[in-house]
Amino acid sequence: MEEKTNVTAEKKKVTIPRGDPAVEMIGITKTFGSIVANSSVSLSIYHGEILSLLGENGSGKTTLMNMLSGIYFPDAGTIKVNGKAVSIRSPKDAYDLHIGMIHQHFKLVGLLTAAENIMLGLKGKFVLDLKSVRKAVRDICEKYGFDIDPDKKVYDMSVSEKQTLEIVKVLYRGADILILDEPTAVLTPQETQRLFGIIRNMKADGKSIVIITHKLHEVMAVSDRVAVLRKGVYIGDLATKDTNPQQLTDMMVGRAVSLNIERPEPENIRECLKVENLSVVDSEGVTKLQDVSFTAYGGEILGVAGVSGSGQKELLEAVAGLQPAKPGSSIVFTDMDGKTSSLIGKTPMEIKKLGVHLAFVPEDRLGMGLVGDLDIADNMLIRTYTEGNSVFVDMKRPRKLAQEIVKEFEVVTPGITTPVRKLSGGNVQKVLVGREISGNPSLMMSAYAVRGLDINTSYTIYRLMNEQKKRGAAVIYVGEDLDVLLELCDRILVLCAGRISGIVDGRKTTKEEVGLMMTHLPSEEAQA
Amino acid sequence: MSTTVIQIITLITTAISFGTVILFGSLGEILTEKSGHLNLGVPGIMYLGGIGGLIGSFLYENASASPVPFVGMLVALAGTLICSVLGGLIYSFLTVTLRANQNVTGLTLTILGSGVANFFGGSLSKLAGGVGQISVPATSSAFCATQKLSDALVALVSKGASSSGFLRVLGGVLDGFDKVFLSYGFMVYVAVIIAILLSLFINRTSKGLNLRAVGENPATADAAGINVIRYKYLATCTGAAISGLGGLYYVMDYINGTWANDGNIEALGWLAVALVIFATWKPLRSIWGAYLFGALYWLYNYIPGLTRSMQEVFKMLPYAVTIIVLIMVSLRHKKEDLPPSSLGLSYFREDR
Repeated sequence: MEEKTNVTAEKKKVTIPRGDPAVEMIGITKTFGSIVANSSVSLSIYHGEILSLLGENGSGKTTLMNMLSGIYFPDAGTIKVNGKAVSIRSPKDAYDLHIGMIHQHFKLVGLLTAAENIMLGLKGKFVLDLKSVRKAVRDICEKYGFDIDPDKKVYDMSVSEKQTLEIVKVLYRGADILILDEPTAVLTPQETQRLFGIIRNMKADGKSIVIITHKLHEVMAVSDRVAVLRKGVYIGDLATKDTNPQQLTDMMVGRAVSLNIERPEPENIRECLKVENLSVVDSEGVTKLQDVSFTAYGGEILGVAGVSGSGQKELLEAVAGLQPAKPGSSIVFTDMDGKTSSLIGKTPMEIKKLGVHLAFVPEDRLGMGLVGDLDIADNMLIRTYTEGNSVFVDMKRPRKLAQEIVKEFEVVTPGITTPVRKLSGGNVQKVLVGREISGNPSLMMSAYAVRGLDINTSYTIYRLMNEQKKRGAAVIYVGEDLDVLLELCDRILVLCAGRISGIVDGRKTTKEEVGLMMTHLPSEEAQA
Repeated sequence: MSTTVIQIITLITTAISFGTVILFGSLGEILTEKSGHLNLGVPGIMYLGGIGGLIGSFLYENASASPVPFVGMLVALAGTLICSVLGGLIYSFLTVTLRANQNVTGLTLTILGSGVANFFGGSLSKLAGGVGQISVPATSSAFCATQKLSDALVALVSKGASSSGFLRVLGGVLDGFDKVFLSYGFMVYVAVIIAILLSLFINRTSKGLNLRAVGENPATADAAGINVIRYKYLATCTGAAISGLGGLYYVMDYINGTWANDGNIEALGWLAVALVIFATWKPLRSIWGAYLFGALYWLYNYIPGLTRSMQEVFKMLPYAVTIIVLIMVSLRHKKEDLPPSSLGLSYFREDR
């Protein structure tokens, strides 16, 4: 009898009332070689709260949380869970303490099914028992409002499904503290809303949730409290309801930042790129672009909006000579002197030889844009190695350019001989954009140029685009954030399923109008 | 029985006994590769396994006045396992702990294994009194012993064969059955059993699931709380042990307990590596794949009028078939047929 009361007392003790921290990190320091990722950071996570961990790229948010989830081990400092000092040496230790992290790059095995991924690494019967996992998965889905098929292979899943699976996996392992690293970076607005709903459900269930992010409107929308990191140092925390985006930005960046995007009036407009009836069919015979016609003018920014996969990639690649266009398509480039040349059927090298200076910032930065294993200087070389008649490659110029870019764009790197894959996302993009605009291009194309970048870097990119526009280059900006497109672009071309549903004036249109055009082509009858 | 039937039966038996050597090799390599480690040291490990077993049984038979075959077999098995696991340990220490390049390490291990084995093979020859003098008859007899259908039954059936057409056919069938399925030493069946067990382990157990995850995506496996390093070590060393059995089988059964510094084991080792690809990393597929390789390899013996050079062309067939399989697999592009995604890559948790 006595024992029984003891057990209930134990249980009551475990459900600590709100106000006591679930996790305390005290004086945490972590260094990688000469880089200090976290410097004496102290942070608490409370029961049943949604905490936003805000900071720019490279500010050490992910590193800090990785030390909670057992990926890294701190060099100095203490971690307490429910008031008890713990040592988290591996992800397994973290799970044992009911801490689960959903990483930005999903930790899923593509070849396995959802249920198998959830089972991974768990103690269980020797013979796989997928039946009970399936049932447990369905229970969790019902409880929080997920939708997931336990027998679907991960390689068949969409990004949003994978993320859901990650959350289910962590919940299945009994996590009470969930850490989500940039969870919305890859989601559509609708999917983001659904995720926030789920997060609120989990909070209602008494779980603590940490969201690592640099998107201010998400911080405002979903969190209870915000903690800000800057350059590895803990700046402070605020209740979300007591703060505003401007204050948070200032804390995050360390100085006052204007959140308005500049849009100078276009000057000296001239025709630069005339695309007519461009159609592209991919290798599997699927039509990606159909009868696309538009003109890009030097001195203006032409935005391209559309649901992802509507043909944005193919459009840019067709112009860059990377994607064959169907017969009947025409792409004519006019340079600053008025000389015209057709780009149809040309390879990128041939286009370059025509004297067309084309800057291209592709979506896939570390695949198509830069070579991850090469250093910054060698990545500059990729653009220039064919120049000159010497047997030997000119190494001096690329090195100089690399140094200039590092200096001018404040690229955070140990040196120009660092492989670019070791740089953070924002710095990678700075290197890429820096290289592309280095030779004063007459046409600048960029796809999702600020995806995954922090505010500071994003604004640097917008500024660089505007500089190119003022120089007289035609800028084509493929974007996903409609607010930015509406603020930055002079005209916006809206793609819908590989066709143009219209070109609108960036100064006059509304988010709703563009959003509607993204999903609806003007009906055939209306055109006739 | 007609000569054609006899020829086909001989080809099948040749293929199965030959195929068993590479089946062991490839089963071990499949297990290793499932952990994401491409061990090109299979030929070397088979060499180590072969010489280890031979040394053990040679010393035992020389020390004992009347060696017991069963004991000789156990000693040989122990020698094989010790030597091949040592080979596996060298490989895993270099590639898992020190994260050395797997291809380089594997090739080095092959060179090391064949060097060590041929060195000790030469030493044993000297001890035995000259080249070709090594012989471990007792141990070898334990490996070669077969358990046929009752000979009496076969004899009885054949006796009545002259009188009854039915019995004649039955006798032939029984005899054929004996030859095709029961004319081998026990290691042939052990190989098949290991293949089945390995397949069940990989596909049906939670440990097997963990192993697949380690080979596909070690970072994910690590984050899921799997001890990646331990899985890699265990898979590599167990794999080496299984591959080593191929060397033992070759020495004790296939060439009846002798040794030759002729490089055959190395050739077989490379066939085993090719078989892993042919079987698309599936143990069950490698059973019939091994026998098919054996049949293709020896096909030249059954085609009359081949010149010496044409014979060599025929011996190439297993490799040609492997290339065809590779082409087919990449054309079909079925994800389940592809090698483990992280094959050949070393893993370090704090890598950035």
